[in-house]
Amino acid sequence: MRLRTPSDMSRRHFMQHMATAAATIPAMNFLSHVQANAAQVRKNQKSCILMWMGGGPPTIDIWDLKPGSKNGGEFQPIDTAAKGVQISEHMPMTAKVMDDLSIIRSMSTREADHGRGRYYMHTGYVPNPTVVHPTFGSVVSHELAPKRRALEIPAFVSVGGGGADAGFLGMTHAPFVVDSNGQIRNAPSADAKKRLPSRLAMLEAIENGFMNSNRGELPEAHKDVYKSAVNLMTSRQMSAFDVDKAAPDLGLEAESEKTKEIYGTNGFGQGLLMARRLVQAGVPFIEVNMGGWDLHNDVFTTLKDQRLPQLDRGIAALTSDLKQRGMLDDTVIVWMGEFGRTPRINQNTGRDHWAASWSTVVGGGGLNNGQAIGATDKDGVGIVGKSYLPGDVWATVAHAMGIPLSTVHTSKRGRPMKIANGGTPIADLIG
Amino acid sequence: MSRLVALSTFVFTCWVTSPTLAQDRVDRMGTRPDPVVAKINQFIQQGWTDNEVQASAVAADEEWLRRVYLDIVGEIPPLEAAESFLESEDETKRQKLVASLLNDPAYVRHFSTIWTNNCIGRGEPRRISRGGMSKFFREVFARNRPWNEVVVDLVTAEGHFEKNGAANYILAQMQNRDEGVQLTAKTARLFMGIQVQCTQCHNHPFNDWKQDQFWQLNAFFRQTGKRDHRKFDPNTGRQVDDYSEVTYLPDGRGREDKFEGKVFFEKRSGLMVTAYPKYFDKEVEIPKFMDEINLRTEFGKFLSEPEIEGGSPLIAKAMVNRMWGRMFGYGFTRPIDDMGPHNPASHPELFDYLSAEFVKANYDVKKLIGWIANTEAYSLTSKFSETNKIDDPAAGETPLFSHMYVKSMEAEQLYNSLIVATNAHKSGKMNYEEAERRRNRWMQQFVTAFGTDENDESTTFNGTIPQALMMMNGELVEDAVNLKEGSFLRGLLAGRGRPAEKVNKLYLAALTRKPTRMEVNRVSKLVKNYPRGAEAAAWQDLFWALLNSNEFIFVH
Repeated sequence: MRLRTPSDMSRRHFMQHMATAAATIPAMNFLSHVQANAAQVRKNQKSCILMWMGGGPPTIDIWDLKPGSKNGGEFQPIDTAAKGVQISEHMPMTAKVMDDLSIIRSMSTREADHGRGRYYMHTGYVPNPTVVHPTFGSVVSHELAPKRRALEIPAFVSVGGGGADAGFLGMTHAPFVVDSNGQIRNAPSADAKKRLPSRLAMLEAIENGFMNSNRGELPEAHKDVYKSAVNLMTSRQMSAFDVDKAAPDLGLEAESEKTKEIYGTNGFGQGLLMARRLVQAGVPFIEVNMGGWDLHNDVFTTLKDQRLPQLDRGIAALTSDLKQRGMLDDTVIVWMGEFGRTPRINQNTGRDHWAASWSTVVGGGGLNNGQAIGATDKDGVGIVGKSYLPGDVWATVAHAMGIPLSTVHTSKRGRPMKIANGGTPIADLIG
Repeated sequence: MSRLVALSTFVFTCWVTSPTLAQDRVDRMGTRPDPVVAKINQFIQQGWTDNEVQASAVAADEEWLRRVYLDIVGEIPPLEAAESFLESEDETKRQKLVASLLNDPAYVRHFSTIWTNNCIGRGEPRRISRGGMSKFFREVFARNRPWNEVVVDLVTAEGHFEKNGAANYILAQMQNRDEGVQLTAKTARLFMGIQVQCTQCHNHPFNDWKQDQFWQLNAFFRQTGKRDHRKFDPNTGRQVDDYSEVTYLPDGRGREDKFEGKVFFEKRSGLMVTAYPKYFDKEVEIPKFMDEINLRTEFGKFLSEPEIEGGSPLIAKAMVNRMWGRMFGYGFTRPIDDMGPHNPASHPELFDYLSAEFVKANYDVKKLIGWIANTEAYSLTSKFSETNKIDDPAAGETPLFSHMYVKSMEAEQLYNSLIVATNAHKSGKMNYEEAERRRNRWMQQFVTAFGTDENDESTTFNGTIPQALMMMNGELVEDAVNLKEGSFLRGLLAGRGRPAEKVNKLYLAALTRKPTRMEVNRVSKLVKNYPRGAEAAAWQDLFWALLNSNEFIFVH
C-alpha cells in the first residue's frame, strides 16, 4: 500500500476548484502546516463514511436529471468537474468535486417501504423473519476492529442514529450513536471517574455468577458492552467527538469557526466534520444521518430551499477536506437512502417511494472516480443496461477497504452468509 | 429429575385426548390450574415431546417473583413485598400474586405506557397529545375494557385530542398528507397483526396480500380529516398551537376530486386502477350521497368478525400474539406483527385455541394476561440445560417455551425499577402526570426519529454503549447510590442489623434474592480493602455494582 501525502499537484488542483466555487463560501483552506504533516500519522488505515439520507432522497432531482421529460421537474442539470457528468443546478459546490465522486445511476432495489428499504440498503439482504443481518458498519467493525488495537472508541459510530443493527454479529459491533453536537451523554463526571476502579472491582466480583449459569448470550454481550463503555470513558480519543477539542497526538486541532462554516452549521455538516475527525482517530466506519427526504409534498421548494444547500455544502466540504489532508484515497464515501422517489410527480407536487430505478453515490477510497455508472431511460422509470443491488455497492466498499470478498459470517443458526450478500464490486470503479 | 419430567410429559400427552382429566390434576407447581391454563400447558408439553426436549425446572420463587412484577406492573418488586412473598408458605401464592398485580394501579400505568408508545411512539411530535392518549389508555386498563371495543374506539375516533384521547392514534398517523396510507399500514400492523405497507406499490413478495387489497383497506380511511387549531398568545402577541382534532369529511380531503367511495392507485405497469372499500371478502355498499355513510364506522364493525370462516378475528389473534410475545420474549410468529400464511406460527393449535378463548371471554385483557402468567411454561427458570439448550430462539430456532427466555428490560421498566430500588417513590409526593412527564423527559435521550412518513423511531436503549453510560454515570443511578435524606441506602445504613443482614437486604432490593455464601465472601473481601472510615463508600460501590450487573438489567 502506498503512503500518500498531499502533493503540490493535488493541492493546486483543489485550490482551483475552490477559486471557482460560489462567492458566498469562505475559502476552503483546512490545513495548517502542522496538520498537513500530521496527516501522515494514520498510516493508510482504511475508513468509510456513509451519508445516510433518511426518508428516501429524490435522486432524479439531484444526480440523474431528466430535462425535457414529463417527469423532469423544475431543476436543470449543470456540468461538473467530471467530464460528461451532469448533476442538479442546486449542487454547485459538489459539482466542483465530482471528479472525486461517482454516481451509480442504475440502482434497482425493489424495497419501497421505509423499514424494509432501510434494512436492505444497510445490510444488502432483504428482511427475513429468522435472522437479523448486520448493517455494513457492523461488518466493518467486526473485520477491522480487532486489527486496530490502538482504537479505544467504538469502531462503528453513527451520528444521528437511525440506521440498522449489528444483527447476529452481536452488540459489540452495534453502532455507537451520538448527536451531531459531539456531546456524549452521561459521560462520567470527574468524581465518577475517580470511583470507577473500585466500582468496577465490585462489579467484577458479583456479576459472573449470573453470566455463568446458562442464560444464553445476552449477559455476556452485556459484559462486553460495559468493557467498551469503560474504554471509551477513559480514552483520550474521546476528543475526536468534540470539534472544539484539540488532541495533537491524534493530529486533531480544535476546529476553527471557518471550518465549521464551510461544512455547514447544521446537523449534517457538523456530523461530517466529526466524521472526518473520527477517521483521523482511526475509526473505520462512520454513518452520518441526514433526514427529511420523505418528500411526498412540495418536493422542489423543499429541495431548493432546505435540503440541497446543506447537502451540497456538506459533500463538497468533506470531499475537499479529505483530499487536502491526503486522506481521500483511504476513505470511501458512500451516499444513499432507503430508495429513490417516483419519477412521476404526484398531485401534491411531491414524489412518492420508488426503488426500481434510482441513484447512489460513492467516492474517494482510491476508486476510479469521476464517472456516472449505469443509466435510466429518458423518463427515469426504467434502467437501461446493467442494474446494481446494494450488495454490489457494499462489495465495492469492501474491496476499497481491503476486506476480502471471500469473508463469510455465520449466523447464529450456523448458516454461512457471504459479505455484502455475495455482491460483485462494480468493475468500472475498481479496474 | 429429568426422568421425572419425561414421565410427566408422557402422562400429559395421554391427557391431550381427555382434557377434563387434566383440570383435576395438580400441575408441577402443585396447584390446580384454570381449565384454559391446563389446556395451554398440554399444547406446550406436546411441543416438548415432539421436539424431544425436556423442560427446565420450575423457577425459584425469587426468580419468578421478579419476572412477574416486571411483566405485569413494569417494575421490580419493592423490598417489603419481596420479603413477605418469599416468606409465605401459601401453596397458591403465585396465582394470588398474579391476581393482585392485575389489580394494582401500577398495572394500569405499565400497560397504558406500552400502548401509548405503540400508538404514537415515544417521542413528542407536534400536534399530538401524549397526555390525551395516555389518559385514554389509563381508562381502558383501569376498567379492563374489552379489547375489541378499544380497537374500534381508536380506529373510529373523532374530535378534540384531549377530550377524546383516542383521536391521537389517528393524528399520529396523519403527519403527512398521504391519503391515509400510513394510517392503513399502521392499523393493519398494530391491531390486525399483518404487514401490508409494501403492498401500496406492488403485490406482497411473499404473502398473499395484493396491491388492490391495500387500497381497498385504505378506502375506509378516506373520509378522515384533521384540523389543527391555533390561538392567540397574549404574552408574545403571536399565534400558537392550540388543539388538534380528527374530523369526518364525507367527501374526502381531495382539493379537486370529491371522494365517491373509490380510490385510484397506480399499478407498477403505470396503469391506473380503482379500488372500493373491502375488508377481505366483505364489501360495503356505497350510498348515493357520501354523507350517508361513515366508512371508518363500517371498518370498525368488520374488525370483530373473523376474516376466515370459523377462525378468530385478526384483532384477537394480534393481541394474543403480542401479549404472549411480551411475557415470553417471543410470540407465536416472528415478528409478532407479521402474521399470515407466509409466516407459520410456532404453535398453531395453541395460538388458535387461545385466540378463541380470548374472544369467548369477551376480549378480557386481564384474563389473557392471567392465563399466560399462570402457565407452566411461564413458571420455569430461565436456566437451560443440556436437555433443552436447542430451544434457543435467539439463534433463530422456533421457540418451544421449555425454559424462560432472558429478555432485556425496556427503558420504562428500568426507570421504574430504579425508582423502586432507591425508594424515590416514597420520598416526595408527585402526582401521576408530573411523574409521567419526568419519565418521558428522561426517555427522550434514547429516542431517535427516522424522520419518515411512517413516523417511526428507533431507540438507543438497546443494550449498547449509551445505555451502559447512562447506568454507570447517569443521574438516576447517582441518586440511588448517594446518601441523600430519605434514600434507601441511607435508611439501610442507619438502620439496625449486622452487616451480613444489610448485604442481604441490598441484594433483595436490587436483585430480588439473597446473596449466595460465595458472593458474601467475595464482597466482604473487597470491602476490607476500603480505608477505615470509608465503609459508606463500600456500600455505595456495592449498590452501584448491583444496579449495573447483568442480573439487574435483564428480565429472566
